[in-house]
Parts: sequence; structure tokens; C-alpha cells
Amino acid sequence: MSRRRRSGPFELERWRPAPFLPERDTRDSALVFVVAVLCFLACLTALGVIASDRAARGWSHQLSGEMTVIVRPKANETPDSAAARAAETLAGVPGVAEARALEREKAEALIAPWLGEAADLADLPVPRLVAVVLDRESPASARSLEQALLARGLDAVVDDHTTWLADIQRGAAIARWVGLGVFLLISAAAAAVVAFATRAGLAARREVVELLHLTGAEDAFIARLFQVRFAQMAAGAGLVGAVFAAALGAALRLGGGGDGLTPVLPVAWSDLLAVLPCPLAAALVAAVAARMTAVNLIRELS
Amino acid sequence: MSRNPNATEPADAWDAVVRFDDVSMRYGREPETLRDLSFSLPQGSFHFVTGPSGAGKTSLLKLIYLAAQPSKGLLHLFGQDVAQTPAEVRPFLRRRIGVVFQEFRLLDHLSAFDNAAVPLRIAGRKPDSYRQDVAELLTWVGLKDRMHALPPTLAGGEKQRLAIARAVVGRPDILLADEPTGNVDHEMGLRILRLFLELNRLGTTVLIATHDQDLVARSGMPVLHLEDGRLAHMGPLSAGARP
Ligand SMILES: Nc1ncnc2c1ncn2[C@@H]1O[C@H](COP(=O)(O)OP(=O)(O)O)[C@@H](O)[C@H]1O
Ligand SMILES: [Mg+2]
Repeated sequence: MSRRRRSGPFELERWRPAPFLPERDTRDSALVFVVAVLCFLACLTALGVIASDRAARGWSHQLSGEMTVIVRPKANETPDSAAARAAETLAGVPGVAEARALEREKAEALIAPWLGEAADLADLPVPRLVAVVLDRESPASARSLEQALLARGLDAVVDDHTTWLADIQRGAAIARWVGLGVFLLISAAAAAVVAFATRAGLAARREVVELLHLTGAEDAFIARLFQVRFAQMAAGAGLVGAVFAAALGAALRLGGGGDGLTPVLPVAWSDLLAVLPCPLAAALVAAVAARMTAVNLIRELS
Repeated sequence: MSRNPNATEPADAWDAVVRFDDVSMRYGREPETLRDLSFSLPQGSFHFVTGPSGAGKTSLLKLIYLAAQPSKGLLHLFGQDVAQTPAEVRPFLRRRIGVVFQEFRLLDHLSAFDNAAVPLRIAGRKPDSYRQDVAELLTWVGLKDRMHALPPTLAGGEKQRLAIARAVVGRPDILLADEPTGNVDHEMGLRILRLFLELNRLGTTVLIATHDQDLVARSGMPVLHLEDGRLAHMGPLSAGARP
């Protein structure tokens, strides 16, 4: 538009007032870049926090829905029949959806790493495992399983995964807080940069503020001019950052197959919506910073 | 009421457009730049502010266009004590004052036409109501072919004429000009003087700070002569008042 204005004869009838602030200003490109990068990082952290939270939930959900029963065969019974009896008993307990005795090989495979390759497992009284899947609605308690087994004269230990669960939940909580902390830090840094850059940009346009002020523009008019201008700029930069973060999230989702990078970082399509508030937040911060700076600058003048 | 525009008697002073009562002014903690100024400019008067460089001509104009405040004394504009004027009202006082700044203060990203139109836009006028006026005024100051030029591409004299066009475009009640003929040739200086005189004839109160003795002499208008921040002489240009 400005190029057209500078070439050819001046056409009075086609003249429209140009904005008091230049629409694009190369002095702002550094500002736009930095805001976009910080918004990108903030969005990425937000996606990371959401995904790791989902991963932790998934693991604990899976673990809390299952128990493992270790059956020690008594002298008068083969391990296989003890395991089968235990599975049968457990399947009858209310709140159990499924109980399945694991084959000898599976139990051996599970303990082999602790015994070493050389050990001859055939000679050992390897305890048998029964995998119990609990009813989601009203899961049976470890105690009720123990009592049912005891009643049938089975020597068994019920592992309800409490220790694992506690570990995972503790780990997830730490990850969540760390993620949230990083997210807040990056958001604060982004906000500070937006505010700082807005003030620098405004100081660079001091001559506009001064002239409009001396020509009789009201303070609110001048402040609004800068507020709108810098909010637009920050919103644009925030949008760029958000789009890149969402694109990376989508790539993770696609790259990780249908379930995303489960169970480490399960990204859901709906998570990508988390980047939406970013441009708005950037615009808001810039608007507030621009308004405050403009008002201060004007106050200095009068 | 009969009015003699260039009189400065107390009778006229009360309905003066600009009135200084014992006004002093200082920058920060510096010694006073202007000291104990008392004078008034009746509506429709035309004065020059003369005096050596550093005498305080620019500072005097700043007080009137509300870019500075007296450190002492009373300043009335349009009958209002500016110290008592609420902040919300001050922009509306400024809109009645056109200023040709010594350093022009043109907006570099706006075309000459847009620069000239700034006061009209701030006053809330619609483009269709003024585009013809702006074009005529720019033609009149010799910028007909430079309407869409950006200020950095204008020569010094062109910038000055543009600054003058912007100051007068809104038909202000007061026109203040700080060295308005500093960058133009003799011929253009006379054209500018004629423009100011014409505006004055239409009722604008004019106050021009200048070094240009020829301009003052040709106009035949009275001077406020400053020496070291004090009003040394007010009235017709006399031998004693020559800077
Ligand atoms: N912004 C300022 N801050 C401090 N001193 C100033 C400022 N502007 C002008 N002065 C001083 O005030 C005095 C009068 O300056 P000025 O009004 O510009 O005089 P003139 O326009 O007659 O040359 C000078 O001594 C000048 O140095
Ligand atoms: Mg000066």
C-alpha cells in the first residue's frame, strides 16, 4: 500500500488516512521472533505436562486394576494344581473380573533375571503366579482375596502393587509439579519479554506519542493506539509459536502410532487445543504493558 | 466593545486569549529560564517574539502550547487558568492551538498529505470533509507535487512548509510558530508571512518566535523582546528592541 502511495500521481479521491502507527515496522521483527519462540516453548511445556500427566494416570490405572497372587505349593500338591485352584478360587471372589494362572514358563521368565542364566529352574520350587484383573466398578480388596485363598487352604501372597503404585504416583506428582513450574517460568519469561519489548517499541515511537499529545489527542486515544498495535503483534507472534508447538505435538502423535508415544508421552489430539489460549495471553500481556507504558510516557510529557 | 487587537492595556487583558501574570518557568532544578513575565495577547493580535538565542523564545511558546508549566505566576489561555484546568480538558485547549515546531516533528512514516491531516483526524473530522482543504493548503505552500512524499525525502524548506501547513490546517484560534522561516528562501519567507497575516485577518491570534529581522520589519507587527528570560520590550519594533 505504501509503495503505491509513493508512485504515480497523488489521487486525492482515493486517499484514506494511514494508521498513526506504521503497520509493519522492521524494528519489531526481533520482538516478534522472541515472543514467537517463547510462546512456542510455553505451549510445548504445556503439551508435555498434559501428556506426562496422562501417562502417569494410565500407568496407575493399569496397575490399580490388577493384582498378582504368588502361590506357594504345599508338599501334597503340584504347583500347577495349586495355581489352578487359586485361579479358580479367585475368579469366584466378588469384584474380580478375571483370574488366570500363569504358566510355569512365564513365572520362570519373571524370576530368571534374579537367578541368572546358569540356574536350573527345574530343580527349584518356583512359586506360581496368578494374574488377577479386578472389576473396574467395584474392585475386590487384597484382603478379600487373601481370605478367600486362606479358606481354601492355599498358601499365597497377594501383591496389590501398592508399592509400585505409590512410586509411580510419587514420580508422576513430581513430574507434574516440575512441568507446571517450568511452564509457569516460561510463561512468566514470555510475559516479561512481551512487556519489555512493548515498552522498547513504544519508546522508539516516542515522537508519535509526543506529536499526537501536543496536537490535542486524548491520553486514552494514544494509549489505545499502542495497545491495539502491540496486542496484534503479540497475538500474531503467539499464534506462530502456538502453531509450531501444535505441529510438533501432532508429529509426536503421528510418529508414535495410533496411541501416540504411549506410555511415555501419550499425546491426544485434543491436547493440541491447549495451545489456543497462547495468542490471547500474549496479546493481553502486550496490551497491558503497552497501555501502562504509553500512559507513563504521556504523563512525563504534561 | 471596541477592540484594538494589538493593544496590551489591562482593559483588553481580561478577555485576552493568552495572559501571563508574573510567570516564571524553569527546567527541573535549573535556574529560571523565564522570569516574571507579564503580558497579554488579545484575540486577533499578531506578535513576534524576538531575542538572542537562548533568551527563552521557545520556552515561552512551550508554556502556551502546554508542553511546560509555569513554576510561578498565573497563565491564562482562553480565559482559563491552565494550572486549574482539568487534565481531561487540556487536549481540547491544545486543539485550539496550532504549532510550527522549530524541529518540525513530522511523522516520518506518514505521507506529507497524512502529516498535514493529523490535527483534523485528532479533532475527529471525517476525511471527506477535509481532503479538499488539505490538498489546497499543500498546493498553496508549494507541496502540490509532494503530497505522497515521506518527510525524510523532503528538503529542509519543504519540511518547514509542511509543518506550517499542519499547524494552520485546523484553523486554530492561536498560531504559534518557532523560527518558521529558518529554512526557506526570502521569497518563500514572504509567502509564509502572508499566510500568517491572512490567518490573522480571519481572527487567529498569531505569535511567531524569530531571528528574522527583515520579516519583523516587513510585517510592521509588534514584538515581545526577550533578554535572558525577561521581557525587555513589548510593542512596535524599535531600535532599542533589535536583537
Ligand atoms: N529541555 C530543556 N532542559 C533544560 N534547559 C533547557 C531546555 N530547553 C531549553 N533550555 C534552556 O533554556 C534557555 C532558553 O532556551 P530556549 O527557550 O530554547 O531559547 P531560545 O528559543 O530563545 O533560543 C537556554 O539556556 C536553554 O539552554
Ligand atoms: Mg528556540
